[in-house]
Amino acid sequence: MSEQTQLDATQQLAEIKQNYDEKYGFHVPERYVFKAQKGLSREVVAAISEMKGEPQWMREFRLRSLEIFYRKPMPTWGGDLSGIDFDDIHYYVRPTDRQQRSWDEVPEEIKYTFDRLGIPEAEQKFLAGAGAQFESEVVYHSIRKDLEEKGVIFLDTDSALREYPDLFREYWATVIPPTDNKFAALNSAVWSGGSFIYVPKGVHVEMPLQAYFRINTANMGQFERTLIIVDEGASVHYVEGCTAPTYSSDSLHSAVVEIIVKRGGRARYTTIQNWSNNVYNLVTKRAVAYQDAVMEWVDCNIGSRLTMKYPAIYLVEPGAHGEVLSVAFAGKGQHQDAGAKIIHAAPRTTSQIISKSISMHGGRSSYRGLLKVNAGAVGSKSNVVCDALLMDELSRTDTYPSIEIDEKDVTIGHEASVSKVNEEQLFYMMSRGIDEDTANAMIVSGFIEPVAKELPAEYSIELYRLVQLQMEGSVG
Amino acid sequence: MTAVLEIRNLHVSIDGKPILKGVNLTVRQGEIHALMGRNGSGKSTLAYALMGHPAYTVDEGQILFDGQDVLEMEADERSRAGLFLAFQYPVAVPGVTLANFLRAAINARRKQANPEDKGISIQEFRRLLLSKMQMLKIDPSFAGRYLNDGFSGGEKKRAEILQLATLEPKIAILDETDSGLDIDALRVVAEGVNKLIGPNLGVLVITHYEQFLNYIKPQFVHVMFDGRIVEEGGFELAEKIQEQGYDWVAEKYATT
Repeated sequence: MSEQTQLDATQQLAEIKQNYDEKYGFHVPERYVFKAQKGLSREVVAAISEMKGEPQWMREFRLRSLEIFYRKPMPTWGGDLSGIDFDDIHYYVRPTDRQQRSWDEVPEEIKYTFDRLGIPEAEQKFLAGAGAQFESEVVYHSIRKDLEEKGVIFLDTDSALREYPDLFREYWATVIPPTDNKFAALNSAVWSGGSFIYVPKGVHVEMPLQAYFRINTANMGQFERTLIIVDEGASVHYVEGCTAPTYSSDSLHSAVVEIIVKRGGRARYTTIQNWSNNVYNLVTKRAVAYQDAVMEWVDCNIGSRLTMKYPAIYLVEPGAHGEVLSVAFAGKGQHQDAGAKIIHAAPRTTSQIISKSISMHGGRSSYRGLLKVNAGAVGSKSNVVCDALLMDELSRTDTYPSIEIDEKDVTIGHEASVSKVNEEQLFYMMSRGIDEDTANAMIVSGFIEPVAKELPAEYSIELYRLVQLQMEGSVG
Repeated sequence: MTAVLEIRNLHVSIDGKPILKGVNLTVRQGEIHALMGRNGSGKSTLAYALMGHPAYTVDEGQILFDGQDVLEMEADERSRAGLFLAFQYPVAVPGVTLANFLRAAINARRKQANPEDKGISIQEFRRLLLSKMQMLKIDPSFAGRYLNDGFSGGEKKRAEILQLATLEPKIAILDETDSGLDIDALRVVAEGVNKLIGPNLGVLVITHYEQFLNYIKPQFVHVMFDGRIVEEGGFELAEKIQEQGYDWVAEKYATT
């Protein structure tokens, strides 16, 4: 990150005084064209498929996935999932009849929401394309003309199923089948919205494509499904942002993201998640990287009640490289159970995991990681660094690193550290006239800097702001 | 008006153990004082207590600065009032550049003076920092490094002096700024301090060697023994210690 960016971020830190409620926690009146009854059943799933006018195979896929969801037990590891009542969730809420490609045509209240969150402004400034999902459906989608002309597809997932049925079906659920885990099965049954991206051979999308996910209704379940295919020698950077209002009852966000990076391709998937503290965020993200391909997950987990998310990369052909960079902030009443999973399944594959977590005001963060090197993946290299920062005595951090190495000829590094904001650091900074809150914020900003500097300038400022908001918002 | 730091009958303890046992000392803006004494005599304790380290408990006595009761102020308030401590062991803050740190410190001062202040502009700050770095012969790339993170001993001390130069306090305490430096590094740091000395800066140099003082030439020399200042004089006192060491002090003031 440039010095300028960090300077700006530091300056903004001192100025931010609104809490989450003011900035992100608002909600607009509900005026939906369709809101499914609470609860899950074959009828609800069939109705979602019906309403979307889907082909028979997708309808069957959904119903099959629902059976798998019923069969699979709730995970007993990770975080406390006992607060989720599957019967008390709206699985599908359709906010508008059709999707717009012009911002002016988006319904007033929805436009107000995204205007307030700064989305159109961001699109004009530094994006190659933008999508906005409100509840279950994508309400707005656009991509720069020049990219469209080069054959880049950037659509919401429902439209992609209609417009590119063969391409869609070739890759759909090939990386994460419904049988993968209970929440992947749930997503497969009731999925709606999300992004579909296809980047043709050799095409480089220089500026990020962004999607923004917004939950507005209480007891809402958002189940977007994203599929990204980067063809040979192509590259793309996709960014997602998520927020929700603060309700007393909980919402569920359970997304599935599948990415295929073909030979020599490059994909970066950046998440700046900023859920309110009543959202269960249970997401399955996995990528497959082929020969000499590069896959990077940059995952910033701010907010939510419980996040369970372990972005995975399968390095399946020689020379593939995978990286997972993550930041998690656990404030009062929050549990961030996040990590990474990397499988070296071919020779000379390399990977890097950098995980940074901050726990404050009784929050809990866990790093849960799996690094696996299969037999025959000779010459593979991996380096894992996980650092936890504890801001006070009330908070908690745990590390669950699993390393399975079935090949001798490999280089593996692993470092883990837990540090506390210490009195000496604070005193030193305060002795220069900086007040205690600002000093704490600077220490935290410095701690996440190795990940923040990987983000485009606008996003790194946003990340610093969000962390700062959480530090202030969770007080008292 | 000349700012005055007045220490009256100061008693300080750490974890219930008394370290300072009645220190009296007055430092005015524009004066250069040296505080000498053996290791463990209480010099650094005085430095930390003056700056308000939470682990140091003031049991008795007063610290007044510009007529304000310093003991009622937090460390950051003391700094904004015009006190400065150059640390013997500066602490690393990874991920925070020296430039950002100094900019935050300057903005804290501006905000104190005017709550509506929006902070120093990047251009203005850059000009200020570059001019200070030029004066102290510090390479500009230094500003982009993380605060004290991986700095050599000499770099840490130079960074402290750069902070002193940029924040322009009224009274600066230099806690063993000479320790751990080789002769060349010592000269560089001392030359830097000399450039800052003038009518607007009062300095209290804490050291147990006299080399540093040959460069800085204090007008007032104080010798500390067992938590009290026991000998005071001019530069000749520092010379006496240079020749005779501290044994005579111990003999004269040791209580059995």
